[in-house]
Amino acid sequence: MQHDSSAHGINMSALGRSKQSLSLADETVAIEVPGLNLFYGEKQALYDVSLNIPKQRVTAFIGPSGCGKSTLLRTFNRMNDLVDGCRVEGEINLYGHNIYRKGEDVAELRRRVGMVFQKPNPFPKTIYENVVYGLRIQGINKKRVLDEAVEWALRGAALWDEVKDRLHESALGLSGGQQQRLVIARTIAVEPEVLLLDEPCSALDPISTLKVEELIYELKSKFTIVIVTHNMQQAARVSDYTAFMYMGKMVEYGDTDTLFTNPAKKQTEDYITGRYG
Amino acid sequence: MKQNSLKGWFKSGAPGVWISGGAVSIAVIMTIGLLSVIAVRGLGHFWPADLIHAHYDVPGDANHLVIGEVVQKEEVPRERLKSAGLPVPAQGPEFMTRELIKVGNRDLNGNDFTWVVGEWLTGEAKPPELMAIERREWGNFYGYLVNVKENGKVVAQGAAAWPELQARVKRVNDLASQLSQLEKKDIGAINAGLERIRLHGRKLELAGNLDAAAQADMDAGRAELNARYKAVEERLSDLHSEFNRDSLTARDANGKELEINIGKVVKAYQPNAMNSWQKLAMYFSNIWAFLSQDPREANTEGGIFPAIFGTVMMTLIMAVIVTPFGVLAAVYLREYAKQNTLTRVIRIAVNNLAGVPAIVYGVFGLGFFVYVLGGSVDRLFFAEALPAPTFGTPGLLWASLTLALLAVPVVIVATEEGLARIPRTVREGSLALGATKAETLWKIVLPMASPAMMTGMILAVARAAGEVAPLMLVGVVKLAPSLPLDGNYPYLHLDQKIMHLGFHIYDVGFQSPNVEAARPLVYATALLLVLVIATLNLSAVWIRNHLREKYKALDS
Repeated sequence: MQHDSSAHGINMSALGRSKQSLSLADETVAIEVPGLNLFYGEKQALYDVSLNIPKQRVTAFIGPSGCGKSTLLRTFNRMNDLVDGCRVEGEINLYGHNIYRKGEDVAELRRRVGMVFQKPNPFPKTIYENVVYGLRIQGINKKRVLDEAVEWALRGAALWDEVKDRLHESALGLSGGQQQRLVIARTIAVEPEVLLLDEPCSALDPISTLKVEELIYELKSKFTIVIVTHNMQQAARVSDYTAFMYMGKMVEYGDTDTLFTNPAKKQTEDYITGRYG
Repeated sequence: MKQNSLKGWFKSGAPGVWISGGAVSIAVIMTIGLLSVIAVRGLGHFWPADLIHAHYDVPGDANHLVIGEVVQKEEVPRERLKSAGLPVPAQGPEFMTRELIKVGNRDLNGNDFTWVVGEWLTGEAKPPELMAIERREWGNFYGYLVNVKENGKVVAQGAAAWPELQARVKRVNDLASQLSQLEKKDIGAINAGLERIRLHGRKLELAGNLDAAAQADMDAGRAELNARYKAVEERLSDLHSEFNRDSLTARDANGKELEINIGKVVKAYQPNAMNSWQKLAMYFSNIWAFLSQDPREANTEGGIFPAIFGTVMMTLIMAVIVTPFGVLAAVYLREYAKQNTLTRVIRIAVNNLAGVPAIVYGVFGLGFFVYVLGGSVDRLFFAEALPAPTFGTPGLLWASLTLALLAVPVVIVATEEGLARIPRTVREGSLALGATKAETLWKIVLPMASPAMMTGMILAVARAAGEVAPLMLVGVVKLAPSLPLDGNYPYLHLDQKIMHLGFHIYDVGFQSPNVEAARPLVYATALLLVLVIATLNLSAVWIRNHLREKYKALDS
């Protein structure tokens, strides 16, 4: 299970990644989670999870299947509300504002905290209409504004050159990798503050994966990014901070280099060296 | 070895393939058989068949002549003819032929059709000058043309009579369409206007507001309409006298002469003198007349246009009512309702509703829609028309509503399935962009589920369009030549009674005084009903496929 990242043919320096020493203590906090419990019916899925997501950094959640990393991610934009019998205890503060308080405007929250899912899920509309969907929801219908947003978002998602001549064709005609970048474009078009990526590359081929990873690296300057991944190499490549979760508990959280090279906990080490999971 | 090979044969699944293939073939054969039987029997009726002129010698009876069209021939045992009381000779072949001849001339003979024994027909001939006249009353006339008269004076006879007759029949048909235009449109509008004034006056009277000014107003309106009516009536009586100007004299099989007013003639033709192309042209014009004209003679002659119109109209109104209703119910059940026992019970109840016999819906429609709902509507909005009911009597609206109720479970079930098939990821994608649940539903889910809704609508139309039993109770009648859609306010008359192809089949087939004449019409109408439903279905299928292409779901 343990590979050198070069085994994937992806050179870290090629991603333009500069190694710098990072410290959580120096970062501005975007999302603060002070002790969160989450239940699906009777079953508890998250146990007293605490962490701070730093602003304009990439934070990766890793861990074996069913450890609660996706669940945790989905609490940040309250997607868990859609699951019957899901109950959250505790609070999550987005720039100091509890998103689980009563009367929170969930739609507005989700505009501020965008999300990209495991499988590309473009709408059965044109490429153009996919990108402007979130803007139209906000009541923006001026053609000029929408046109600009489409170009900006598609350029931001590194898709513009591939689709600029067929903006008004169905998005379902794109390849899987293009669809996923379209979904990212659609998400950044509404200019969210936080971007949640739930295993965004799990359904993609290696080339598309590389493109999305490059994209994540570039988007970091504008957005706070949280990514869930099964692929530890990916976490090592794209993230600044990594959280290792196991059985619904936050085991270890720190800067990526330290966590991968010198984990503090035995469980973390066992997982990243491939002894289980 | 043999055992093994048999076992192996079973194992290979070949018998299963044979059996299932056989089931498909039987289904296909039955469908094709059904369609071809009704097509052949129904469509054959419109062919202008040759007329025969023959002697009919019943042994021991005076010999007489018959003119007519052989409709059917069959072999029957001699014994049966004998026991029917016919003077069949004691010796002879075991089987004899029996022929059904359409002899027409109902006003002379009392019957359109007669059974004859084939062996006793002699001297069969097909003289080209033999003529068939389709009449507005009394069915067909078969015989020879003697002369044509105008105002009782002979204007043509012998060979010259035939072209003269054709010209005058054409003139009469032009006059007939003017007349019906005048009667239906102008007089219809005047009557509708008078009725409106009457109801307006009654309304004011009920409210106690009928003062002198209003009365004068109404009188003025009435006077104007009456003046218009006078004018129309004059033209009408002129047309009528024009219409009845000409007549023809014809001779029947036994030499009896008969004078027929040309105003009563729809068309006159000489089938024996026509070549195949002329017959083909007349065949199609007959079919067109069947499709486009009003019925005559207790529905056994003429066309069935009001029935086609009524069926389509009722089905369309039904679809317009049932689709939004069913879709809304399905959306609530699937998207908003908590999935608990109550929802499950409702769902089961909806499914069971689809299995309730149609006549039960008819009874409900009569009891609830017509009497309760219609009665209340009348009391509230049409009090001035009482005691004559407006909506408190069976009519188009109630028929459509009853059918909508009957078909709504189908739409609900199909739409729910469609909604359930929309991938969760797409909904989440929309929600994650800051759309509310309602926005997601409206912008993403419903468009994607629209093919399923169309499927539901198709099934509903298919179920409802062929339904007859409940309609007899809630608005379909034997004869309603005035269409529910016309040029008089409010244009669409939802309170009007309608004709329906399904009921028409029943009526012509079972309630008709002239069984032999009605039989081919039963088949033709049945074929048409199948075609109308198929057309409605195919157009809906086309729309659905179009939508499906547009909202093609993701891989799941």
